[in-house]
Amino acid sequence: MSDQLTQRATRFVSVLPHCRVLNMTVEYADGEKVILKLPYSEAIIGNPDNGIVAGGSLTTLMDTACGTAAFNCFEDGEVCPTLDLRMDYHRAAKPGENLIGEARVVKRANSLVFTQGEVRQESDNVVVATCTANFMRIGLRLGSK
Amino acid sequence: MTEAMRKILQHCRDNGDFDAVIDAVPYAGLLGIKLHAMDLQPTFILPANKDNIGNPMLPAIHGGVIAGCMETSAALHLLMTMESIALPKIIDFSIDYLRAGRLQDTFVSCQVWRQGSRVANVAINAWQTDPGEPIATARAHFLLVQE
Repeated sequence: MSDQLTQRATRFVSVLPHCRVLNMTVEYADGEKVILKLPYSEAIIGNPDNGIVAGGSLTTLMDTACGTAAFNCFEDGEVCPTLDLRMDYHRAAKPGENLIGEARVVKRANSLVFTQGEVRQESDNVVVATCTANFMRIGLRLGSK
Repeated sequence: MTEAMRKILQHCRDNGDFDAVIDAVPYAGLLGIKLHAMDLQPTFILPANKDNIGNPMLPAIHGGVIAGCMETSAALHLLMTMESIALPKIIDFSIDYLRAGRLQDTFVSCQVWRQGSRVANVAINAWQTDPGEPIATARAHFLLVQE
């Protein structure tokens, strides 16, 4: 089952042009959790003095990871636009490190999907940022299930 | 801060020309962020770019790109308007998406609500056709880095 959902998440992410630009890939997905990888590259450097990646690239990683988790938690898949998103940057990611973004659906409601996640360095699993993001379900009338 | 970056910053501050410092940030170049206008406060522009799309159906700009553009603009805003600081470090960032970001030029402006000795609080707005109808609003804290 998770193989199918990983494939479905991969198809979902692979058609997003900006995620292709960043070479983002789906590592794992099931009905609750999604793991994405953002490889380090010079293009995402935010501070040219030290090679530390821009916070925005982590935000994009987590918007995609949380959005894919929201999509994948429905049997037929539902594209849910981001309502809001918060990032807390605990520490700078080490230059050269690939980044792993893991997102979980915390609560699936009638109109909303609540998600949380974190960004880790690939080599040592150190958490560099945490994220909370809420998504709207569209195409649903008020009061419908 | 490296000597090269210090020179770029000094040149920009002396001449009021900040394109060089924006060009020095690779991520700003990846998204295509430019300085649009410099009145009392800077306005930044994110020109329409197919590489920034996150929803190919609409099409709409990736929410992460809108956030990344707003966060980078806020850091540049601090760099441009404050004396003697280096590129600040992001502490936290929170964004509310109000409308889909269509595939057209996007503008960003910032308001520094408080600059302490260590931390700055910045409010950020992004819009496309009408500043009164923002596509997203955000707030951020930055750790200020002395030169």
